[in-house]
Amino acid sequence: MTTETVGSVQASDNGPTSTGSRSTMILGIVTIVALGVLILFGLILSPADENQGEAVRIMYVHVPSATLSYVGCFLTTIGSVVYLWRKSRWWEILAYASAEVAALFTAFTLITGMLWGRPTWGVFWIWDARLTSEAMLMLLLLGYLAVRGLAADYEVRAKRAAIVGLLLVPNVLIVRESVQWWRTLHQKPTLSLAGAHIEGLMLFSLFTGFIAITLVFIWMVIHRFRVAWLEEQVDLEGLDEAIAERRAEGALS
Amino acid sequence: MLSDAWLIARKDLKLEIRSRVALNQVIPFAILVLVLFAFALDPDRGLLQKATPGLYWIAVLFSGLLAMQRSFSVEAADGVTDALRLSGLTPGGIYLGKTLSVAVQLLVLEVLLGAGVALLYGTVITGWLLLFTTIVVATAAISTAGTLFGVVAAGLRVRETLLPLLLLPVLAPVLIGSTRAFEAALSGTPSEGWPWVGLMSAFAVVYVVAGIFGFGPLMEES
Repeated sequence: MTTETVGSVQASDNGPTSTGSRSTMILGIVTIVALGVLILFGLILSPADENQGEAVRIMYVHVPSATLSYVGCFLTTIGSVVYLWRKSRWWEILAYASAEVAALFTAFTLITGMLWGRPTWGVFWIWDARLTSEAMLMLLLLGYLAVRGLAADYEVRAKRAAIVGLLLVPNVLIVRESVQWWRTLHQKPTLSLAGAHIEGLMLFSLFTGFIAITLVFIWMVIHRFRVAWLEEQVDLEGLDEAIAERRAEGALS
Repeated sequence: MLSDAWLIARKDLKLEIRSRVALNQVIPFAILVLVLFAFALDPDRGLLQKATPGLYWIAVLFSGLLAMQRSFSVEAADGVTDALRLSGLTPGGIYLGKTLSVAVQLLVLEVLLGAGVALLYGTVITGWLLLFTTIVVATAAISTAGTLFGVVAAGLRVRETLLPLLLLPVLAPVLIGSTRAFEAALSGTPSEGWPWVGLMSAFAVVYVVAGIFGFGPLMEES
């Protein structure tokens, strides 16, 4: 009833209190500049490839985002392990934030890969080991996110998702291994990007791509973390507030 | 821990024998899947024989999912989960017991489905040693992972849709491995199949360890 009950709500331990800060804003500006440099080198300054033509430009965003999708998985597993071990909400929310951003990057990797595959191979999809394991990675991440997004108490969601997150990296490794065997036993691996030599401006563009896309990844994880933290905070404080209000009502009568 | 596991496995299997759900519903479903495959793939063109390993393991996975879901829905009623927690059995033991009972049910299912494909699809069965080992190892892999993810999905309103989403991508290596091993056995080149048995064994070991340690925190909360 009275506003002073709100004041008794426990303050968050050491988490963020807003969705952004001065340093995340600076990071955002740096990210935009890096993306501008990437566009300049990737789309304008770097030459077209002899074999792949203009489609090679997709590689400058495709390869970095594929790498970061695996980095995101790794962060999720680390966060889950630390949560199960130390019961730290900070690490749990980091695991969740990076899983969500990793899912986004995986989807982006698959889409850019398909757009590159159509002009290069003539088809959107082939059952290549790398493509298949990236698709499986997407499904594993969706499983984690489904558990994390359950309509249940925070503790229930977090603990169950942490078990799934803990197994994310082992699963990704086993799936990759099995898919590689599966494909190489029956046919030679199809086209590989690693086989093509890249140098000069193209190599520099790829390098710029890695920096720009990594910055985007970090910026997104930080913001997703802050929003997720605040969401959980609202839930917890909302409950505390309701209890405080009920108590105040009791005291009035 | 092992005696706890034995106790839980005996309890679950006794429940299954008495309720006859596995017998009256899961097994007929498995046979139904075999018949549906025959409808989908023309039986006259020899496709069924050629695709037998894949169809067999898909049938095992789908009907196995029903058995795994049951393994936890029997605990959800009447606060049995709390009773289990109060019983003082070690979580690791409960996990192993549940895994064992699921594995036994899967083995029965697999033997019946094996007879089913031999009879209905006319598949000639060769390479017994590899077939038998594959069945044992794949069953271990499916039941260890299935039990762990089963408890992750247990007690939730969305469990029927959540478990397949969680479990099937995770079991993809087991499906690939068991199918390839069966193909190797049926085509008379068993040496190609053994590496897959190794991969599935590694999978099962990872899940036994994760299950024994992960079951504790999962039991605490629900």
